[in-house]
Amino acid sequence: MSAELTAVLGVGQTKYSSTRGDVSIAGLCREAAYRALEDACLDWKEIDAVVIGKAPDFFEGVMMPELYLAEALGAVGKPILRVHTAGSVGGSTALVAASLIQSRVHEKVLTIGFEKQSESNATWALSMPQPFSVSINAGAGGYFSPIMRQYMSRSGAPELIGCMVAFKDRQHALKNPYAHLHQNDLTFEEVVDSPMLWNPIRYSETCPSSDGACAMVLGNEASGDRAENPVAWVHGTAMRSESNNFPGRDEVNPLASRQCAADVFKQAGITNPLKEIDAVEIYVPFSWYEPMWLESLGFAELDHGWRMVEDGTTSLSGGELPVNCSGGVLSSNPIGASGMIRFAEAALQVRGMAGDHQVDGAKKSFGHAYGGGAQYFAMWIVGAEKP
Amino acid sequence: MTDPNSTPASLSEEVEIPESISGLEPVRSVRSPIRLIYDFVPSPPVQEYLRSYKKKKILGHRSPIDGAVFVPPRGVDPRHGVLIEESVELSDTGHVGNFCITHLPIPGRDDLDTPYVSAWIHLDGANVGFLGLVSGCENDEVHIGMRVQAVWKEEEELGNTAENILYWKPTGEPAVPIEKAGNRAWDQADE
Repeated sequence: MSAELTAVLGVGQTKYSSTRGDVSIAGLCREAAYRALEDACLDWKEIDAVVIGKAPDFFEGVMMPELYLAEALGAVGKPILRVHTAGSVGGSTALVAASLIQSRVHEKVLTIGFEKQSESNATWALSMPQPFSVSINAGAGGYFSPIMRQYMSRSGAPELIGCMVAFKDRQHALKNPYAHLHQNDLTFEEVVDSPMLWNPIRYSETCPSSDGACAMVLGNEASGDRAENPVAWVHGTAMRSESNNFPGRDEVNPLASRQCAADVFKQAGITNPLKEIDAVEIYVPFSWYEPMWLESLGFAELDHGWRMVEDGTTSLSGGELPVNCSGGVLSSNPIGASGMIRFAEAALQVRGMAGDHQVDGAKKSFGHAYGGGAQYFAMWIVGAEKP
Repeated sequence: MTDPNSTPASLSEEVEIPESISGLEPVRSVRSPIRLIYDFVPSPPVQEYLRSYKKKKILGHRSPIDGAVFVPPRGVDPRHGVLIEESVELSDTGHVGNFCITHLPIPGRDDLDTPYVSAWIHLDGANVGFLGLVSGCENDEVHIGMRVQAVWKEEEELGNTAENILYWKPTGEPAVPIEKAGNRAWDQADE
């Protein structure tokens, strides 16, 4: 028996900002969930189950927040499932929700990811002293910068490619009213002149710290057919993971990433991603990860991903493969929601509902998230038409 | 597209507040730092690893499957899901597999002047790296493949800790070529 066709019926986001001081975590989640339900033209009563994800609990210091959020998410008396996969969690959460539809366990599922970074400290929560090693790592940037340095040296990319990615994503963010960073007067020179945090990575090449939630309502084929607003049909879903330190590990282009991409493209019947995908939302919290993932995912030849940045291929302004039209993680990073935002933005593109950052006529789009030490991967492909 | 600053219709309904609390100032958020202090009991291989540091020795674990050496030793080869029982003593020399120059101070490490070099150190005879501080040269002289050696604390200051190594200093030997530096020395597993 084949899998049930699955559709994205609704998307809801909050305006991402450094501090949403006017709402609690529950209020933040409820706002995104309401918007997703309104977009799907559905009521709480029609939802069968809730699937929720966020980054590690010690960020906000609330253990198992899904338990107290059940009421805010209308999940009392319904199944609620929590997903944990570090930074990729928003993507994995959407895929777990999709699997509940694909397997015909449920007909309509609400899925949501959130983070309230203003009530936490992600940098130092990620760098706890451990007795068997020395305290020398300063946050995610300290972990990923050496890997980006390795990419720079093995690809021979020009030094300012990272700054070009950051500038491009911040320009895209100006077209997305939900984006956290709206830097209207930012110049490329200011990006380049920004202080080094983790050399080779500048402050301007890193993601902001955001509060926010993103929710989606997913439904089966019948509910997709009945929907009043356009829906996005799921063409492929894949997850993979690997250990973050083993002999022979390619940290720049992890095996799990390559295998995950091969699986999702095969499911969607795509053999030439660059030609067949119209819009891409990939998880780029640090600038150089755009060319690195373009190569790993098969949109570019090995060591050539940076050329697509340099020649404008990934720009919404006329590029062949616009990447992160929403502004990406570099413009909004509520960590637990960031992966789901990629998946939701991919859906908005093929629904034709992305507003000013819409890619004209987008028919197929790609959503991506990664987490941990670039070791957890979640990907989906959605289309305007049924697969 | 929904106006991101609008209030969802269903959230703008009036809420009835009980009279007993109606005059109070609404609580928007409560911020309170939290702290959790606990005793850490290392696994037997890690205990052995930490105790050997006191004798200025670095221990690794050798996989019974293909001989790959892991440091710190954890008692397992995570690739194959097998136990490891064979310890090997490693040299305190190696090379820089990867690094960054960090400009952020680390809480509790007042001894570190910014910027400092945090690097993946790949010991001679080991097949994975661990993090360490590189010093004893200018930061911009550090490069991938650079040969380094441990600089240890004075004898009387040695404890059961990896912190016995103050930093890693360049030895001046020829660098390891980039294609053989770090994890790349081990044949990449193929799909």
